[in-house]
Amino acid sequence: MSQRHGPVTAAVITGSMPEMDNDHGPLQHHFDDMAQQNESAALGMWLFLLTEVMFFGGVLTAYAVCRYLFHDAFAEGASHLDVQMGTINTIILIFSSLTMALAVRAAQMSKTKLLVGLLIATMVFGGAFLVIKGIEYEHKWVEHHVPGKYFQYDGPMANQVHLFFSFYFTMTGIHALHMILGIGWMIWLTIRSWRGDFSAAYFSPIEMTGLYWHFVDIVWIFLFPLLYLFGAGAGAGH
Amino acid sequence: MSHDAHAHDEPHIVPLSIYLAIFGALMIGTALTVWVAVFDLGEYSWLHTPLALLIASAKATLVVVWFMHVKYGSRLVWIFIFAGIAWFLVLIGITVGDYVGRNWEPAPNAWQAAVEAPRSSELG
Amino acid sequence: MSEQAAPRRRNRGRYEGDVPREHYLNVAYGLKSWLLTVDHKRIAILYLLSITGFFAIGGLFAAIIRMELMTPTGDLMSSEVYNRVFTLHGVVMVFFFLIPSIPAVFGNFFLPMMIGAKDLAFPRINLASWYIYTIGGIFTLAAIIAGGVDTGWTFYTPYSSTYSNSAVALTAIGVFINGFSSIFTGLNFIVSIHKMRAPGLTWMRLPLFVWAHYAASIIMILGTPVVAIAIFLIAVERLLGVGIFDPALGGDPILYQHLFWFYSHPAVYIMILPSMGVMSEVIACFSRKRIFGYAFIAASSLAIAVVGFLVWGHHMFVSGQSAYVSMVFSVLSMLVAVPSAVKVFNWLATLWRGSISFETPMLYAFGFLGLFTVGGLTGLYLGTLATDVHLHDSYFIVAHFHYIMVGGAVMGYLAAVHFWWPKMTGRMYSEFWGRLSAGLLFIGFNLTFFPQFLLGYMGMPRRYHFYPDEWQVLNVLSTAGASILGIAYLIPIIYLVYSLRYGPIAGPNPWHATGLEWTTASPPPQHNFETTPTVTEEPYDYSKAIENVAITPGAGPESPPSPAAPRS
Repeated sequence: MSQRHGPVTAAVITGSMPEMDNDHGPLQHHFDDMAQQNESAALGMWLFLLTEVMFFGGVLTAYAVCRYLFHDAFAEGASHLDVQMGTINTIILIFSSLTMALAVRAAQMSKTKLLVGLLIATMVFGGAFLVIKGIEYEHKWVEHHVPGKYFQYDGPMANQVHLFFSFYFTMTGIHALHMILGIGWMIWLTIRSWRGDFSAAYFSPIEMTGLYWHFVDIVWIFLFPLLYLFGAGAGAGH
Repeated sequence: MSHDAHAHDEPHIVPLSIYLAIFGALMIGTALTVWVAVFDLGEYSWLHTPLALLIASAKATLVVVWFMHVKYGSRLVWIFIFAGIAWFLVLIGITVGDYVGRNWEPAPNAWQAAVEAPRSSELG
Repeated sequence: MSEQAAPRRRNRGRYEGDVPREHYLNVAYGLKSWLLTVDHKRIAILYLLSITGFFAIGGLFAAIIRMELMTPTGDLMSSEVYNRVFTLHGVVMVFFFLIPSIPAVFGNFFLPMMIGAKDLAFPRINLASWYIYTIGGIFTLAAIIAGGVDTGWTFYTPYSSTYSNSAVALTAIGVFINGFSSIFTGLNFIVSIHKMRAPGLTWMRLPLFVWAHYAASIIMILGTPVVAIAIFLIAVERLLGVGIFDPALGGDPILYQHLFWFYSHPAVYIMILPSMGVMSEVIACFSRKRIFGYAFIAASSLAIAVVGFLVWGHHMFVSGQSAYVSMVFSVLSMLVAVPSAVKVFNWLATLWRGSISFETPMLYAFGFLGLFTVGGLTGLYLGTLATDVHLHDSYFIVAHFHYIMVGGAVMGYLAAVHFWWPKMTGRMYSEFWGRLSAGLLFIGFNLTFFPQFLLGYMGMPRRYHFYPDEWQVLNVLSTAGASILGIAYLIPIIYLVYSLRYGPIAGPNPWHATGLEWTTASPPPQHNFETTPTVTEEPYDYSKAIENVAITPGAGPESPPSPAAPRS
């Protein structure tokens, strides 16, 4: 044992005595040090986002195929979406991304109050997005554009327009679900931040939530032009 | 890639000005997207979608590189991101390729003849 | 050469020591200590038990299928019931046994030990993955009770979306949920391999088992979400009628096949890659030789993972897919055979002039080598455009994938069970019964599935329970083989359970194997190693004697001191 060299000994000590690192936040027993723990968390989060890319990728692929097959019907369906509300929501989501990024920055600088404020701002923007989304859904319901039993649409391409709305609701629905989960998680983080759990020494959960939130923003950055703006073009027949 | 290299004891704090600049760029990008979508491209109207995707990709890149701190991250994260993009492109590329490719296939003459020929002559 | 001087494993004898006083199994007792554990070893045991349970259910359905097929007429059950039976056999075996089998049990147990870590990077996510697996399993079991599902394990649309009257949505949700367990496992493995390796354990010193799991994890991460969304859309389709795959509503059923096979073809490699990892460990150990072509085996795992993603369309040659795309898929399918062949040749080269001994794990490994080769080569018939038209959806393909799944993945799984059982439990099982059941399995397996190649070649389609009288002989042979196979599965359960109490004490390293997992006590202590090990040499160094070291409690295994190499 005594012959062992520095790093190993250090690993043994920090591994078996996590309380030595208390001022660096909670070090779990199976990690050698905080750096290893934080990097593992970041790597894990990125891998999770990779799965999310493929998850949305699957439905985007389906959308691409159907849009290729039924180009005109999809343009017609898209023309029924509210571009104004879509644009407002895009702007709101970019605001929330900014506040999220600044929240991570606040945590890095150990500014607890600022951190709490920015997290709340992010949730408020996220909530506003969902409210507007809800209003849009409600409009679609009133117009009988919700796919399924109550769908009504006159015209030769009714089936394909139905398909467009199926994609619209599936994609925006999954996206909204991700936002709801994100906001739920952020409520918990806000409480923890208020309690003073996070500082420059330990802010990994805030950073991970930031990654997730920005990813959800990126999904919307693609969904917005693909769904809303497809019917807006002059050549898109409407 | 020693794990001490990015120890969080001294987090890399991005200046506020950069965040605001990225935010501004994203806003301009959004405006650009909407503007391009309603702009009458005449006979080039098929460019709407590629342009929209191009702008969206640029916006996404800004978010990934700056907001998500990939610029200061490890090489491994870059590899993961490129793997994600590559796999997604494989999925969508080959799948859409199948549907596009179906239009190119000439029906073999024998099939065409079989379809056109009356059933009796086929048997006889 | 030193290989000649290496001790034959036969001098094993009885281990003189005792099991360690405290280990991961007796560190805490009670249901709570198991259900809330974050110890990767205990989670592996949880997985072992639940996977064995699902294997039994899937096996039961297989038995019913074979009983029905003894006669050319459907006299045991109606076609509707038969549809449900083969579907549930497929769903349970693929999603609840084969995909989690080796990664969730042996990957969970040994991957952290092989990299010299105390646990996986995210122990709680690891536990969550078992719960998710269980919940997914409960949904599927509920679907069985709710009337079963009759779409085939592939859930092809529009049958699954429009025409089926069975519990498709329930099963689909079960499979969807189960997918996340796979994702969590893969995520945990990749992060652990990158960040948790012991000092000195460079990439080229990793056991090939770890490499294989790394490759399989890539597929879990990148593939599973796609099937998740596809199956999610089916559930939505059935519950809400959105019509994405429904031609009556403008959708496209072939689209589902693309999304499904984008995952489900690579999923075959999720099943076989870990099994190949086991092969590398077992064959090197029982040949007493350094593995031949280490770098090639490691790289071929990654190549299989990557190229495996580019071949999914070979399941769709007769679906109306574009002929051009089919050609590309056909060529790429041929290509993916190359890295698999590289592995097989390297294992054969490892055997060459080795001091081979025929312990139970090695018998399973030999079974794997032969059966996997047959399965792989018949895959080439199916990857060829013209022959596939004839063989598609026939018993030929049933035989082909059972040679891969059972002959490859299950053989590898059983090799792993027998190789690592002493480490997991601290006890040796009966070598006689072990060898006997390995032999029986090989005979029973071939008798079951070889006739199916012939049947398929003659044109017997899969998924029907009526067939012309002249095929009865081959079908009865197949059923006879299946009963031998069934016995060969049951015997290990008996002698393994028996060994838990009455088996001789194994000692830390009964096989004189290399690898970090053998340097610690059997069963291992709660945190795997008394002190974090330092790795100083290449893996599979069988050139020197490896003793079945007695480990006195509290003292670390002896390893020469060395300057610790940087992590990563």
